[in-house]
Amino acid sequence: MVDTLTPVLTKNWGQDRAWTLPAYEAQGGYKALEKALSMAPDDLITAVKESGLRGRGGAGFPTGMKWSFIPQDNPKPKYLVVNADESEPGTCKDIPLMMASPHTLVEGVIISSFAIRANKAFIYIRGEVLHVIRRVQAAVAEAYAAGHLGTDIHGSGYDLDIVVHAGAGAYICGEETALLEGLEGRRGQPRLRPPFPAVAGLYASPTVINNVESIASVPSIVANGPEWFSSMGTEKSKGFGIFSLSGHVNRPGQYEAPLGITLRELIDLAGGIREGHQLKFWTPGGSSTPLLTDEHLDLPLDFESMGAAGTMLGTRALQLFDETTCVVRAVLRWTEFYKHESCGKCTPCREGTWWLVQTLAALEQGKGRESDLDLLLDQCENILGRSFCALGDGATSPISSSVKFFRDEYLAHLTHGGCPFDAAASTAFSPAGASV
Amino acid sequence: MTLDQKTHDELVEIAGRYPEKRSGLLPMLHLVQSVEGRVTPEGIETCAEIIGISPAEVSGVATFYTMYKRRPVGDHLVGVCTNTLCAVMGGDAIFETLKSHLDVGNDETTEDGTITLEHVECNAACDYAPVMMVNWEFMDNMTPASAVQLVDDLRVGKEVTSTRGPRLCTWREAERVLAGFPDGRVDEGPAAGAASLVGLEIAAERGWTAPATQASGAADGAPKTSDDPVAESARVEQESPTDTTAAEKKEAK
Repeated sequence: MVDTLTPVLTKNWGQDRAWTLPAYEAQGGYKALEKALSMAPDDLITAVKESGLRGRGGAGFPTGMKWSFIPQDNPKPKYLVVNADESEPGTCKDIPLMMASPHTLVEGVIISSFAIRANKAFIYIRGEVLHVIRRVQAAVAEAYAAGHLGTDIHGSGYDLDIVVHAGAGAYICGEETALLEGLEGRRGQPRLRPPFPAVAGLYASPTVINNVESIASVPSIVANGPEWFSSMGTEKSKGFGIFSLSGHVNRPGQYEAPLGITLRELIDLAGGIREGHQLKFWTPGGSSTPLLTDEHLDLPLDFESMGAAGTMLGTRALQLFDETTCVVRAVLRWTEFYKHESCGKCTPCREGTWWLVQTLAALEQGKGRESDLDLLLDQCENILGRSFCALGDGATSPISSSVKFFRDEYLAHLTHGGCPFDAAASTAFSPAGASV
Repeated sequence: MTLDQKTHDELVEIAGRYPEKRSGLLPMLHLVQSVEGRVTPEGIETCAEIIGISPAEVSGVATFYTMYKRRPVGDHLVGVCTNTLCAVMGGDAIFETLKSHLDVGNDETTEDGTITLEHVECNAACDYAPVMMVNWEFMDNMTPASAVQLVDDLRVGKEVTSTRGPRLCTWREAERVLAGFPDGRVDEGPAAGAASLVGLEIAAERGWTAPATQASGAADGAPKTSDDPVAESARVEQESPTDTTAAEKKEAK
């Protein structure tokens, strides 16, 4: 029987100076690297495949399979790129991981690079997190000094360099091919696929791009074995993951648990929804994953169950909103975000997100007509599946799901001639928020 | 006016970190901002010349990313998250309060040149909402009152510390770190803020851990037990699970 919470990645976050090499090594850090370097790279890929680890950046693609797509007969250099551009609204797991224990990531990068036979790896961190960047820069420097990086690592004959790269503010660079454009010093606009990055990625060379949490999970899999990892989680969603609770809950924060835990369990652990209030709607994995309501509290938070409920597990970014929150206001704000972050490459997203804001803003101000709701859904249909990348698709998620569950609330804005909610009651510091 | 020799050399150094020079452009533009206070035409031309691309291509990049500023930024760049979750939790109220207190609009600088105010998108700290950023350091769990106090302190040059980070530097100094030149503040601040640790603390209270490594899982040579006392105690606890929550969980499935 596996425990309700299973701290692995978060386990050392409370330690004194956890970010330093001595603290990390004192709790067994870099032992997995030693073991990995004694293994054949293909056996490492097999182990990660057998563990069932699926990408923790939201899409859930099997990590080991991604690695095995790298054509080893391609004479070009291979690259590992870590996607540390954590920007999906609600998502806040990679940033604290890198701040508290950057060596977990660095050890994972070295093992993963060795497995795919890359001699150069990049950690692309969003630029807006200065102290996190400091910690990762320092961890890489410490790893070089300790001989974990550089040439002939621990006498293995394997060479690896890591470059820590700061982004400059662009949500779209979380999309892996846009990230590569940013890393090549260009505007961050997604590339047409195929060719996929595994074949022609960074500098048109074979490239693996993995999320921070995926790569950080690798040392534990190597150290403890794939069966250990797959003993946690559900049938097709193996292992542990960091669940991030935010919003109207008593103890927001990071909860590391096997995939398949329910939101009801997590909210119980977090001391419940704030006093005197009830859960109204929530995102399972960021704003791009369709909203759910209090009817969905007992669904296992894994890839399959979320898919069956018409949404996605995403990044396990559980943003919780109570009944004081206007869903129209919430959705409008997300839509403004997508409009702002649309890279402009494709018409459905560039123009479509602009129109979505126009239509939604009118509804929110009570100026629209009931038929505008159908117009809104029609606009969503013309964006979903017609955009160049997932940003456009994601922009439609909060809209179509909120209309599905809260159509009456949209209409109430029309009859009320504006928003019927008191925004002050939703705030963390409102007296109204504390006691109805 | 051209950039000084030291800056030029550092820009060349950044480009040299990458297999292809152009990959250095994002950090190079951060360095330009740290020296010039914004992305200047001189900075764009110097980057273009070092990389061997046209200034228009560099401009195309500089105008794409929101962290690059074309107008001078104040000593401190103060951001208020107004993406949905922070907005609902109070970010909108904080932003309105600051606009009125500082008498500036979005993306504007106070007359004394100390503060540029802007609203920012989700900065990956939602468990600390409402969140503000100063020079890209976290200021967590803000209120309108604490936000006013924060900017007042910054304006009179008082030392301010991030709520889970180091003493704040200036925006230009921050941009230099982003360009890859550390400032020695890495060891300031805690490993994690309180919200980052809540799950870990509950697990510790209840004796919950990840499973110990099983013998069957050691086919690839993983040791059954660890010499790490924490892992060892985790193993012992795992072998005597008596809590009811595990059973409750089974029922829930």
